[in-house]
Amino acid sequence: MSFAREVGRAVRFTLVLWVLTALVYPLVMVAIGQIVFPFQANGSLLSNAQGQVVGSALIGQPFTSDRYFHSRPSTTRYSTADPSHDAAGILNTGVSGASNWAPTNPELRRRVRDTAAELQRVGIQPTADLLYRSGSSLDPHITPEAARAQIARVAAARGLPANQVEILMAQNTEGRFLGIFGEPGVNVLRLNLALDAIKH
Amino acid sequence: MLQGWIQIAFTLLIVVVISPVLGSYIADVFLARPTILDAVLHPLERVILRWGGMNTPGPMSGWQYARAVLASNFAMLIVVYLILMLQGVLPFNPTERGTPSWHLALHTAISFVTNTNQQHYAGETTFSYFSQFAALGFTMFTSAATGIAVAIAFIRGLTGRPLGNFYSDMVQAITRILLPLSVVGAVVLMAAGVPETLAGPVVFPSLEDPSLSQAIARGPVAHFEIIKVLGENGGGFFSTNSAHPFENPNGWTNLIQLVAILSIPSSLIMTYGFFANNLRQAWLVYTIPLTILIGLLVITATGEYQGNPEVNALLGGQAPNLEGKEVRFGWAQSALYAVFTTASMCGAVNSMHDSFLPSGGFAMLFNMFLQIVFGGQGTGTAYLFAYLILAVFVTGLMVGRTPEFLGRKIEKREVVLASLLILLVHPIAILIPAGITLAFSTQLAGISNPGFHGLSQVIYEYASAAANNGSGFEGLDSTTLWWNLSTSVSLLAGRYIPIVALLLLADSLSHKQPVPLTAGTLRTDTGLFVGVTAGVILILGALTFFPALALGPIAEAFQIAGGG
Repeated sequence: MSFAREVGRAVRFTLVLWVLTALVYPLVMVAIGQIVFPFQANGSLLSNAQGQVVGSALIGQPFTSDRYFHSRPSTTRYSTADPSHDAAGILNTGVSGASNWAPTNPELRRRVRDTAAELQRVGIQPTADLLYRSGSSLDPHITPEAARAQIARVAAARGLPANQVEILMAQNTEGRFLGIFGEPGVNVLRLNLALDAIKH
Repeated sequence: MLQGWIQIAFTLLIVVVISPVLGSYIADVFLARPTILDAVLHPLERVILRWGGMNTPGPMSGWQYARAVLASNFAMLIVVYLILMLQGVLPFNPTERGTPSWHLALHTAISFVTNTNQQHYAGETTFSYFSQFAALGFTMFTSAATGIAVAIAFIRGLTGRPLGNFYSDMVQAITRILLPLSVVGAVVLMAAGVPETLAGPVVFPSLEDPSLSQAIARGPVAHFEIIKVLGENGGGFFSTNSAHPFENPNGWTNLIQLVAILSIPSSLIMTYGFFANNLRQAWLVYTIPLTILIGLLVITATGEYQGNPEVNALLGGQAPNLEGKEVRFGWAQSALYAVFTTASMCGAVNSMHDSFLPSGGFAMLFNMFLQIVFGGQGTGTAYLFAYLILAVFVTGLMVGRTPEFLGRKIEKREVVLASLLILLVHPIAILIPAGITLAFSTQLAGISNPGFHGLSQVIYEYASAAANNGSGFEGLDSTTLWWNLSTSVSLLAGRYIPIVALLLLADSLSHKQPVPLTAGTLRTDTGLFVGVTAGVILILGALTFFPALALGPIAEAFQIAGGG
């Protein structure tokens, strides 16, 4: 076969398969997503009573005060920034990231020690997930142990009985798939939204 | 701890159960037997072949097949490069991303066309939606289909058939295997929470501190996600890949991804069994990668479960290593994903490999050095059989008999091609550039973790490129001109030299006159022979790289055991 025919065939197949896999397939899937699963397809967004977006059921947020359950430490502060000082352009795109520190990296040792001291200062017994930074920096969960270690503090700050807080925690715990695959996690944003929703 | 091992065991069981089913289906497709989707797909394939300029796909020789692979992949490379460089003026760019540097675009295009998906960029901050789905998503199908086509041609040659037609094989790999499974998988992923939208990021005040805004990146993720894992591609839509809750929101999606990652490479061994009409041999061969996989899983999972001794001392008890890991996956699903993804050359990650304990780093590197622990899409199976040919040669020398495989004499040409594949290309594409980079480490390397781990970072990057895996020890600053160009060389050498050699090897085997089976024939479908092959794999495949392993993860493990 001549060189020109070889090239021509390669180009034609590339273009035909491009139309099928790079245009038809994705756009059909977007249409199916938007029609059949509008909630999930748009990012599982949670809104308040006024209809404003307050977060995503799948993405964590930073919490540091006594009134809220704290989330895990994050390299990107959960893709947040002050809109008036966002030189890095975080709010233009949203970001994710991890420390990528090796277990032998002295920086890791130093940071974990500082985090543990800070947790103890605010009265939280450190657990592994509260010391280690997550893979995405957006982890929506903490372990049930990490949540239990915070019940007394949050209950006291809000003047609520501890068992009421514990019930809310249980309601916002997502279990393993089929009871087998994955690990249970407490969805911190949902739990904190549920706390805010309690009428006084 | 037991619960974690149960998760690991069930996942492996699902993979093993799927292999013969999918393997038989793939064999039916490429033996042109009737399959369930015929009524819909025959007309579609006819249209594609006609538009491609080929009304009757005739058989190709090994060299013609190889030329078709190279020509088509080169055309795809150009399309992808142009889309990436022109993304600023192309549609579907809600975050207004501009033109990337030429060497990043070149590296990305090569990396995706070679089925590697090594990423020297962060998806959400670098590329437009159009670049992601129309350029990168495109190669996810075609590069995976190229791998499957090569494996099928190789299996045909091995079993004495003509190699077939590359374009027809590639089209069928897409229309019969990758596309139908992706459509179903994408819908399931969407139902489970993975986004699929053309709308841009959402920005809103955070709950606790309204002066701080949160930006949530979105995009057409679900359709991209499924072909990412199914095609052993591994390139994430977002920077943190399957650790990102939008790519992999829960235990269900994680299970789908794990099974998708191993399903095709493991099934192709069974496909061989159906082609050769020898399922017994296929199952025996299957046990080699399966056993190595289980061994590496045990090493990795145990390390992550036991955790980092320094942090454990601070916690006052043993706790798993969760640095770079998500709560919903924990140690077991993270270790499982890390081993599966490096075994199969997928390269997607649901936790950060850089932060694994050295036992995990050892397992990942070991997988990428061997390339046959099921291995890459198509190429893994072909490498495994190339090892079998070498084992036949070695055992033939030991007993002083002409080596034969499946009734075909293994002669000089076959041994040269098989050893070129296994003994030469891979170590050269990894160790030589790694040596150069480390010789000028302050100028070139961009190492982010000090000590032995830094050496592992450099070796890992080239191993990942040459094995067409694509995962990384991502702390490494790999966005530079040196990294982009030097890994591009490893990517190309690790992909196309072996593919050409495999096709020539298959061609020469398919033309050999079968020798009748006698009492003196060395049987290759026995446990003994499979054991010898496993030995050959470990000796030839691993010893070359032993110094790198000793100076990297093994030394780091001693460092930790010695108290840092």
